[in-house]
Amino acid sequence: MHVIRDDGSLDPTLDPGLSVDQVVALYKAMVRTRVVDDRLEKIQRQGRIAFHVGSLGEEAAIIGAAAALRDRDWIVPCYREVGALLWRGYPLQQYIDHMYGNADDPLRGRQMPDHTFSRAHRYLSVSAPIGTQIPHAVGVAMAAKKRGLDECVGVFFGDGATSSNDFHAAMNFAAVYEAPVLFLCRNNGYAISLPTQRQTATRTLAEKAAAYRIPAARIDGNDVLAVWRAVREGAERAANQGGPTFIELITYRLGGHSTSDDPRVYRSQEETDSWRKLDPLLRLRKHIEQRTAWNDDLDGDWRAVCDAEVKECVRRAEEKPPPELGDMFGDVYAEQPWHLREQQAQCLGGPRASDEEDES
Amino acid sequence: MTRMNLVQAINSGLRGALQQDETVLLMGEDIGQLGGVFRVTQGLQEEFGADRVLDTPLSETGILGTAIGMALHGLRPVTEIQFADFIYPGFDQLVSEAAKYRYRTAGEFHVPMVVRTPYGGGIRGGQYHSQSPEALFIQTPGLKVVCPSNPYDAKGLLLEAIRDEDPVLFFEPKRVYRAVKMDVPDAPYTVPLGEAKIVRPGEQVTCVAWGAMLYEAFTAAEEVAKRGVDVEVIDLRTLWPLDVDTIVSSVEKTGRIVVVHEAPRTCGFGGELVALVAERAFLRLEAPPVRVTGWDTPFPLTHEHEYLPLAHRIVPALLETARY
Ligand SMILES: Cc1ncc(C[n+]2csc(CCOP(=O)(O)OP(=O)(O)O)c2C)c(N)n1
Ligand SMILES: [Mg+2]
Repeated sequence: MHVIRDDGSLDPTLDPGLSVDQVVALYKAMVRTRVVDDRLEKIQRQGRIAFHVGSLGEEAAIIGAAAALRDRDWIVPCYREVGALLWRGYPLQQYIDHMYGNADDPLRGRQMPDHTFSRAHRYLSVSAPIGTQIPHAVGVAMAAKKRGLDECVGVFFGDGATSSNDFHAAMNFAAVYEAPVLFLCRNNGYAISLPTQRQTATRTLAEKAAAYRIPAARIDGNDVLAVWRAVREGAERAANQGGPTFIELITYRLGGHSTSDDPRVYRSQEETDSWRKLDPLLRLRKHIEQRTAWNDDLDGDWRAVCDAEVKECVRRAEEKPPPELGDMFGDVYAEQPWHLREQQAQCLGGPRASDEEDES
Repeated sequence: MTRMNLVQAINSGLRGALQQDETVLLMGEDIGQLGGVFRVTQGLQEEFGADRVLDTPLSETGILGTAIGMALHGLRPVTEIQFADFIYPGFDQLVSEAAKYRYRTAGEFHVPMVVRTPYGGGIRGGQYHSQSPEALFIQTPGLKVVCPSNPYDAKGLLLEAIRDEDPVLFFEPKRVYRAVKMDVPDAPYTVPLGEAKIVRPGEQVTCVAWGAMLYEAFTAAEEVAKRGVDVEVIDLRTLWPLDVDTIVSSVEKTGRIVVVHEAPRTCGFGGELVALVAERAFLRLEAPPVRVTGWDTPFPLTHEHEYLPLAHRIVPALLETARY
């Protein structure tokens, strides 16, 4: 089932009625995310950043969902959703500074790349342990409801995360407390090397929601308007005191799990190629071309603009110094206790690994 | 004999165990077709089948909890937790269940299982791909904790851990995975649990380390030797139950001890080691015991080499202790 049909036209019974400008904005955001991904992957391969986990092929699921939420709604990310954060206007330079862990990295080199957060953008912090963010999202939604705020929460996670303890606890709490939360499950076919069919014995992920009495939808995550429509419907249910919604976004991780992965070990080229044809950018582009809002020239120009932008951010990020060494000792507690004061002084006054060569 | 790195030696040990004992099976995330994210189990599913090398769903509770059940019912599961940092969803199963089953059934049931897991920093892994949580498990009565530093010990200790009748946590120093090669027998052999090894005899200071930091302790010892300080370096190999005699007799000789570990200082295993030495060799001590450890912060990224207790921090500790 598609909102954007294979020929690029919209199914009139499902058309969510976005203006042409809105749809082009979605396309441009998806392309920008992809260009940023490509560039980061390249510089990781050159050893200039430690790591990158991208969203190649999943841009519609991520950006479509973010676009269907209102600015006051919260996004609780997994780790592939920087496209949603950029959609909300997070500065690209800040993201690239974070990727370098330099002095302007908002978390001052304390975390691996791609562990973003932003209170201003109502975007909680990425954490590596799988599934842990899902109950947080339910808690944020419960707080919004208790405080009488008209907000809902969209929480992203993968197919793999549906096996975690936290997922099940979160689903149960959300249903029991009728929390205004949307479970946005990116079923991208794999959890690193494990295909979804071996992650679970259920035929779909959406059917798990029935066990908790949560309404569920299962949609093409590569059709950005289908994603938009389903998420908006869920958000409206939440706003009308209807409680949680589970949305399975069927998509495909076109790249490796991360820059540390080599997917050729566990899946065939034919499989990946067949999904390449279903690239969410292609489907949406066909549609906006049909609405005569887009063409090859505009496409080339926009990609060049995005690439120039990210290259400039990279250039600046590489000129910046590392964060202060003392930053390592901040934010462990609200106030620094005696032992950390002592350790910080010891560290700053002591020998440095970076001096190693000079010493003898 | 084959020259092997740590990854190859552990792989060889697992292969030997699967060949020798049909009750042995492996379980973990991505360990089958992919061969593990560090390739430690490469080729084993192909060789022994998906019934004995299980690619599990993404649940550490599932892996560790079902392994306990299998161990209770005649199998010897060897589990892999992809990174030590991700062991916590299964923490309850280890700490409340595996550790206590023997005691709470007066020995009628016990849990012969192994939990292999890569630990430690220095690989640009940030907060959740770098931690060293050994102390949490050492503090849990009923669990054994092993941490090899080199390929030969890793294979022998692993095979001994698999034969052991108690649950064993087997921490693999991922920073060393491909960094060190040595001759390793192709056939299975064991290295006993609970025996430390003096890797560099010395007279003036005892330096205790394990896993990846052993190499830093060794480098620091060589460095201070040039300045006339003779350090005895001990590789613990098994963290618990501890070879306390080797440490205490070393300190009785040197009168001085420096302990090195990556984990944060507070309530780290170093605290227990210096307490044991203080209790058992108090009158022989010539200097306050010293801990060179990770700082009491979460594990950072950009400054990880300033966080880790590398040779540059061990050298001054050894010199100061020797000259106290
Ligand atoms: C508790 C825990 N166990 C294991 C890992 C290692 N790990 C990182 S990502 C991942 C797979 C996640 O798959 P999925 O939830 O489908 O998300 P995707 O990467 O496909 O977006 C695994 C096993 C982890 N981060 N946390
Ligand atoms: Mg997935």
